[in-house]
Amino acid sequence: MTGEADPLTPPTATAHASQRRGHLKVFLGMAAGVGKTYFMLLEGHAEQEAGRDVVIGLLETHGRAETARMAEGLPMLPRMRVTYRHTVLEEMDLTAILRRAPELCLIDELAHTNAPGSEHTKRYEDVEEVLAAGIDVISTLNVQHLESLNDQVTELSGIRVRETIPDAVLGRADEIELIDLTPHALLDRLRDGKIYPAERIDAALNNFFKIENLSALREVALRQVATEVGAKRLSTELVGSREETLAADAPQAVGERLLALVEPYPGAQRLVRRAWRSSQRLGAELDLLWVRRPGQKLSDDHERSLIALRQLASVLGARMIEEESDDVVATIVDVAARRGSTYILIGRSRPARGLARLRVPLPQRLMERLPGVDVRIVADRSSRSSVEKP
Amino acid sequence: MSAASIFIIAAVAALLGIAAGYWLPPHGRRPSRNRPRPVRRILLPFTGQAISRRSFEAAVRLAKAENATVMPAFLARVPMDLPLESALPVQCSSGMPLLEAIEQRLSSQGIPVECRVGRGRSARDALRKLLEQEQFDRIIVSADEDPHVGLSYDDLRWLLDRVPAEIMILRPAPEDTRRISANAVSGHF
Repeated sequence: MTGEADPLTPPTATAHASQRRGHLKVFLGMAAGVGKTYFMLLEGHAEQEAGRDVVIGLLETHGRAETARMAEGLPMLPRMRVTYRHTVLEEMDLTAILRRAPELCLIDELAHTNAPGSEHTKRYEDVEEVLAAGIDVISTLNVQHLESLNDQVTELSGIRVRETIPDAVLGRADEIELIDLTPHALLDRLRDGKIYPAERIDAALNNFFKIENLSALREVALRQVATEVGAKRLSTELVGSREETLAADAPQAVGERLLALVEPYPGAQRLVRRAWRSSQRLGAELDLLWVRRPGQKLSDDHERSLIALRQLASVLGARMIEEESDDVVATIVDVAARRGSTYILIGRSRPARGLARLRVPLPQRLMERLPGVDVRIVADRSSRSSVEKP
Repeated sequence: MSAASIFIIAAVAALLGIAAGYWLPPHGRRPSRNRPRPVRRILLPFTGQAISRRSFEAAVRLAKAENATVMPAFLARVPMDLPLESALPVQCSSGMPLLEAIEQRLSSQGIPVECRVGRGRSARDALRKLLEQEQFDRIIVSADEDPHVGLSYDDLRWLLDRVPAEIMILRPAPEDTRRISANAVSGHF
């Protein structure tokens, strides 16, 4: 597994003269077994072939044969032994890495908690020191280890992860690469024994590795990367051709998605404008939905309002969805699920008449049918202004 | 009175109640059929981040006098290096709050309002496209606009020559410094 060269002897040609901060790249995944470590090693090989001095600072193969094979040919630093309560534990040897001073160090499992008695409590603190020494680092992380997502992941999967790292650690990474795998493909890998040994497969399938858990975690991982990208997104407030081009091209974060329910009447434009402002603040995409009754005929005024709505949606960069259905709630639920909406904005309803008064109001029906989706009723400002007047 | 009679009377009363509930909107009367429906449409186009208060007030006066709907229209310019159907978020970030402010002010005065957004290679092009889609009875524009920002004198001449609507051009005046901007939006927007 270890290369022929003595890993403790730094090549003189590559010794670091300067003390610039190293470059941190993190391979992020939704769960164990997606291939983060494999890709970390693959990149290590590529860098080595490109002539860089690459060393494995810490590798966790978890007994996976293909990971161990991938590590062959890369020099690996021996682990440090720490005795804790009469037990000998192995940890990454930070001092050895700093003494060896490679150009690039591969350090697996960024969220790992070090054994008591180590220099730092957490591995990411070791990594910080390595980076401060001007050594580039490639590391790996599962999304559930991020502090801010811990509760969300627990809620989704029912399993609380104890080893967490502050989000700022990932925020400081120069590069994040998501290792994405479909839940089905990951389960296939698990069943084939590529992730855990045979005796642990059944337990894994019955606990963490459920299709719904993995789907949810995958979404969280994708959103996290999108958010990191969004945070670094170019923003501009200037009006003009170049700036408008940049703003139009700038990718939108996919963390939130707003769905505004509209009808072709003049007041709907106010709802759309407010929904757009909210979407701008959230860095989210905006969809507009009009549920048209089958065979519904529009008056000329309504037709004009519809054209104006479409034009407004287009200028704002919102997507106008028009569906024909008798069942408004079912259609909204369907579109919200399809589009992954996280907020639904509705205007003030027209007063119900007759038996319609006995029906549960639309916002309540939506909240019942769409758990986890925020429903917001946009106030009619003009009415409020007139009320406020003496 | 027999139990059957009481039951029949109760059933009839319930039916009458349901029928009344169906026909009458809650907490109010049915809108009067005698109230004239607004038919005239007054276009109030703008391009910048503020409009002249005189144009706005002129639109309000006319709308009240003619029972008209005021249609504030934000004219967005699509840069030449973008497709004509492009989204224009940067320009909208100033245009939308201003539209909101104008709509709030008009609504609070009881003026029917319908907003529009026009898009073209220039303000005139955006206005031309808007006028191709819809008909307006009056158009109110202010001649005090900075020609680099709003409608130029050439655009105003074009309006007078080509557009089949009554055009009201407000001549420059010292009070044109009074403007309505996006800052006039009431509440959270």
